[in-house]
Amino acid sequence: MTRLSGTGMTLAYDKRVIAEDLSVEIPDGSFTVIIGPNACGKSTLLRALSRLLKPTTGTVLLDGRDVHSQPTRTVAKTLGLLPQSSTAPDGITVAELVARGRYPHQSILRRWSAEDERVVEESMESTGVADLADRNVDELSGGQRQRVWLAMALAQQTPLLLLDEPTTYLDIAHQIEVLDLCAELHERQGRTLVAVLHDLNHAARYATHLIAMRSGRVARSGQPGDVLTAELVEEVFGLPCRVIDDPETGTPLVVPAARRRTGDLSTNARI
Amino acid sequence: MTLVEVRRNPVGIRPRAVVVGVTAVVATVVVSVFSLGTGDFPIAPADVVATLFGAGNPAHEFIINELRLPRLIVAILVGAALAAGGAVFQSLVRNPLGSPDMLGVTNGASTAALVVVILGGSDLQLSVAAIAGGMAATLLIQLIAGRALHGFRFILVGVGMAAILTGISGYLLTRGQQMENARALLWLTGSLDGRSWTQAVPLLVVLGAVLPFLVLACGPGLRILEMGDDAASALGVPVSLLRNGALLAAALLVSFGAAAAGPVAFVALIAPHLAKRLTRAPGPNLLPSIAVGALLLSGADFIAQHALDDRALPVGVVTGLVGGAYLVWLLTTERRAGRI
Repeated sequence: MTRLSGTGMTLAYDKRVIAEDLSVEIPDGSFTVIIGPNACGKSTLLRALSRLLKPTTGTVLLDGRDVHSQPTRTVAKTLGLLPQSSTAPDGITVAELVARGRYPHQSILRRWSAEDERVVEESMESTGVADLADRNVDELSGGQRQRVWLAMALAQQTPLLLLDEPTTYLDIAHQIEVLDLCAELHERQGRTLVAVLHDLNHAARYATHLIAMRSGRVARSGQPGDVLTAELVEEVFGLPCRVIDDPETGTPLVVPAARRRTGDLSTNARI
Repeated sequence: MTLVEVRRNPVGIRPRAVVVGVTAVVATVVVSVFSLGTGDFPIAPADVVATLFGAGNPAHEFIINELRLPRLIVAILVGAALAAGGAVFQSLVRNPLGSPDMLGVTNGASTAALVVVILGGSDLQLSVAAIAGGMAATLLIQLIAGRALHGFRFILVGVGMAAILTGISGYLLTRGQQMENARALLWLTGSLDGRSWTQAVPLLVVLGAVLPFLVLACGPGLRILEMGDDAASALGVPVSLLRNGALLAAALLVSFGAAAAGPVAFVALIAPHLAKRLTRAPGPNLLPSIAVGALLLSGADFIAQHALDDRALPVGVVTGLVGGAYLVWLLTTERRAGRI
């Protein structure tokens, strides 16, 4: 039994069912990446695992207990989430935003301690935003801003951290920067990371455990080398491709098949 | 280097916000002293202060403690209540125009109060009806908007509610007799004339209970909630509990404020806005807003009482003129700065 798992989950927004009888296990200490086509339910799964969405049936277990039966503040000390869209309040500085990650560790009686301060500083150091501490978040570039949000999530000091498409809206250099940072946090601090990613090659390169989803169910899961095959990409995404070895890392590299010839296109055009 | 910066700036309490709050409080005290000393029977500031500390002569004691002080206290408390309520509303709907007077809460209080006026009820009945009306409108909006209590849906439901209630109020006014309508119009404008300890004491009790709840129990969570529901939930904020609790508390403040002084225009909208602009700090800025609200209403009432030589104005006229002008000025400068 791993620390975080979901069994027999039906996930739905109002009456719109996204997934039925869905079960996943997040291996402890892994960097798990969830991949799948648009609307396959990967973000919904992440919402369910992070208790933002209550499964209609089935349960999410965190440390052996139903995540919804535990006080939300207690959960927030174990399980962190970086949502896809968060708003930085007007005029907030980097240090203030990162400090908000300490919220679950504070109370009316215990508001701010040397411990909080140390953690905030460390989080800013490890994400490389310490020099920006006094800057307004609105003045930062997209890549810097994403690192600030990561720093906030780190300041929450949770052994498990879920990231919903942390690289969206970033250019390729910043995408790699953020993913390198995640890999480093995973290796150095031993946190369990779960991320939803769109880019299969990034997923293959950084994940230690891969979950491929299609229409609300897990198509395959396991080591990236075992999961990410040409057959799977064809099955899950409907994309003909070749999978070769990444010349940099030896991990699978998905190369989409070349554009079909004119003859094929005209058949398509008739449809 | 960062160590010092973080320590200086732990959870969003900025020196600038403290300066704004303290300045507003000091200014309120100054306005109060002048307000208490001005009138048909002028009293020097030194005598006003002496009387407040229990060292005045009997004539001064009567004029200040019985006649002028209750009205001033009501002004300060209503200003504080409206400002705190407005700050919470604006923070919850994440929109600087999302004040309780735009979203139907104040209209609920007004409509219920009008019914009492038309039926010829007493002042006490009017106050009770205003509170009940404000709370009923809030609960109804909460019910219709459902779980999507933030953002556009809440605003749309609230604006719709305000429109319906304005229509009902208009109908009630066409049914009223001249005498009743004069009383109704004065109340709807917002006035502090003849306010005594009868209005001040209940306000004091409600504010004494609700303000600490908002500032201490809701404040930190409201700050987090401004980052979005998901981010707040992930940090362990009990989002719907907090939102419903803060909304009801804010509606209670606004309703009691309206019950005591009528639906005084623009204070709930402008005070938090002004406070935020001055402090430049994120979050609902509850304490600075409260101080600014108290200053606004006590200052406006001072102007209302003494601006015209022959007769006093209802305070709502002054807040309406000043608030409206502020809003127009704000929209123009923001537009010039390219922000809207």
